[in-house]
Amino acid sequence: MSEAVIKIDNLSKRYMIGRQGEKGDGLRHVLERAARAPFSMFKSKASRGSATTQEFWATKNVSLEIHAGEMVGIIGRNGAGKSTLLKLLSRITEPTSGSIRIRGRVASLLEVGTGFHPELTGRENIFLNGAILGMSRVEIKRKFDDIVEFSEISKFLDTPVKRYSSGMYVRLAFAVAAHLEPEILIVDEVLAVGDAEFQKRCLGKMEDVAINEGRTVILVSHQLSAIQNLCKRCILMDSGQIVFDGKTADTLERYTSRAVGLTSVELSERIDRDGKGDAILTYLKFFDGKGQPASEIISGQNLVIKVGFQVHGDLTLTNCIIGLTVMKDSQPLIVLSTDLADKAPLVLNGAGEVEFVVPDLPFSGGCYHISSYLGSEGSVTQDWVDDAASLDVVDGDFYGSGKIYRDGWQGKVVLVHHSWRICSSSESDGSIPLGSKVPVPAMS
Amino acid sequence: MNEITIEAGRAERQYWKDLWRYRELFYFLAWRDILVRYKQTVIGIAWAVIRPLLTMGILTFVFGGLAKMSSGQTPYPLFVFCALLPWNFFATAFSESGNSLVSNAGMITKVYFPRLVIPVSSVITSFVDFLISAVLLCLLMIYYQFLPGPTVFALPLFVMLAFATAFGAGLWVSALMVKYRDFRYIIPFVVQFGLYLSPVGFGSNQVPEKWRLLYSLNPMVGVIDGFRWAILGDSNLYWPGLWVSIVGVILMIISGIWYFRRTERTFADVI
Repeated sequence: MSEAVIKIDNLSKRYMIGRQGEKGDGLRHVLERAARAPFSMFKSKASRGSATTQEFWATKNVSLEIHAGEMVGIIGRNGAGKSTLLKLLSRITEPTSGSIRIRGRVASLLEVGTGFHPELTGRENIFLNGAILGMSRVEIKRKFDDIVEFSEISKFLDTPVKRYSSGMYVRLAFAVAAHLEPEILIVDEVLAVGDAEFQKRCLGKMEDVAINEGRTVILVSHQLSAIQNLCKRCILMDSGQIVFDGKTADTLERYTSRAVGLTSVELSERIDRDGKGDAILTYLKFFDGKGQPASEIISGQNLVIKVGFQVHGDLTLTNCIIGLTVMKDSQPLIVLSTDLADKAPLVLNGAGEVEFVVPDLPFSGGCYHISSYLGSEGSVTQDWVDDAASLDVVDGDFYGSGKIYRDGWQGKVVLVHHSWRICSSSESDGSIPLGSKVPVPAMS
Repeated sequence: MNEITIEAGRAERQYWKDLWRYRELFYFLAWRDILVRYKQTVIGIAWAVIRPLLTMGILTFVFGGLAKMSSGQTPYPLFVFCALLPWNFFATAFSESGNSLVSNAGMITKVYFPRLVIPVSSVITSFVDFLISAVLLCLLMIYYQFLPGPTVFALPLFVMLAFATAFGAGLWVSALMVKYRDFRYIIPFVVQFGLYLSPVGFGSNQVPEKWRLLYSLNPMVGVIDGFRWAILGDSNLYWPGLWVSIVGVILMIISGIWYFRRTERTFADVI
């Protein structure tokens, strides 16, 4: 593993939010304060304090290491702290505490067309933008033709940029940025603008930069397909902290499931459902083997899922089925259903709850998805939510032997109770030559 | 490979190296401002000539014609223009650098470069105007058949003093402006007020002797008198006042850089 090019240590950034301009900060107030207490101006701000401002931690105790040549994605909801982290890495804003150590030149693309001036022509803006991003004049001249070719606006090079369409604008801006040669490239959601073909080209160029030239790329995007294609490693942020850091597929799973780490999931407000709708499933609640609400279940423990339902009006639905499918990577693994395990007829009316018990949960550690189903009259779909909840499973001692899967098989196998013994040669058909087919013995 | 550490409150030795690394940005930002100023204007560069000429005309009329102040041996318009040259430089540099950080807020929140580049490039832009007006001054001297004496070789020193004054004042105002937008109104007021307070339309010999030292607290007094002395051989230069100006300007620059660097780290958050 190469040396860490970025080492972030307990990084935090605090903003003071509050009503600005109303109290205490305008020039008038500063002068008033200076007149009343001439030397308080030189005391630190902390000792003065203010009653109307609140603290907001945009990033909190973030620690992270990134190595040369890595392509790392950062995803998270809006307001998770991703852009603040990038701003801190780009030295645009200063941390409140913690430190960052960076080895190498950093170029940040936090916005498309930084420094572009609408009155200047495309040609002039290439120079201006390139200089602002850190290229020298000689470097820009050298790459000028490549930039123009990449942007495909050679016809409009001498027109003021204010006349460009938004697509041309974005193409030109990205073309300049794409020809930067930093050791570390930081890109923030700039791919959201531009058409599909342009995005493909941008991603291709970034891939080029990372793989062929060994540069480090940090990409923040809401386009999960882009992250999946480019980044092997992905970080999930929420509320200013790193929630997960690992393989992209795992991170994406945690991100896309609506309820990460919740012990109960509300379904009544969801609109992404199918079905007739005379009755709906209202919630899913998870409990562990001890009957406690749980957001994580351990392999081999009992899993209890309580499913709430609500029948609308005064209807009574007969011949109902309530079912849950547990999936990994969109692959269904287990179906829990009221019409499979026990053929007692299900009649639903009003509001209520159905409880499923799965003894000895046969899953290895990972994040699984649950889709829920409610049907009536045997085959009428009343309610179906495809991605109802996620289930976090933690490796546990399913077999009682301390090991539940072989290296590299985590999350890929379903656990099944089984036993084995060595048979003596008199019990079998004779010694079995290697390579021949072995008949499966009947189980007793 | 260069390694940097980013921490709260860390003094940046890196900063001065960065300024050198980004030195071309001084040129590019000034180039941008000049280009933009004259794009889509019909008269274009001629504005840089017409404005000082008109101001000179008005001041000559008001102070020389109406108030009948004396300008010594030299023709009044030339007398005024020698002062107008550094004053306009200061006035434009002061206004533009004062507003420079706020008008470049977009860049400040999205890209890193040493922010000191911004007010300095505004001063450079104003310096270009200064050079154009200097050409005008030469034409004026030809018109009045006036040849400057040997003191003219001291002129570059006074030009540097003018540059330093504009730079120091600009540093303070640009940094203050980020947090206290009141300065948007204070700047034009200072410039207007200063035009009459400084010895532009009149000579500083009009100021009574006992007030001259106090009067020299205005750094532009020293600069303007110096210009007049260098170009016209005007012996009204008050040397103690000049030293006061020089010391004042040096203090203003040092304190300006200190304040700018201290507040710079919060620019992106506050602007």
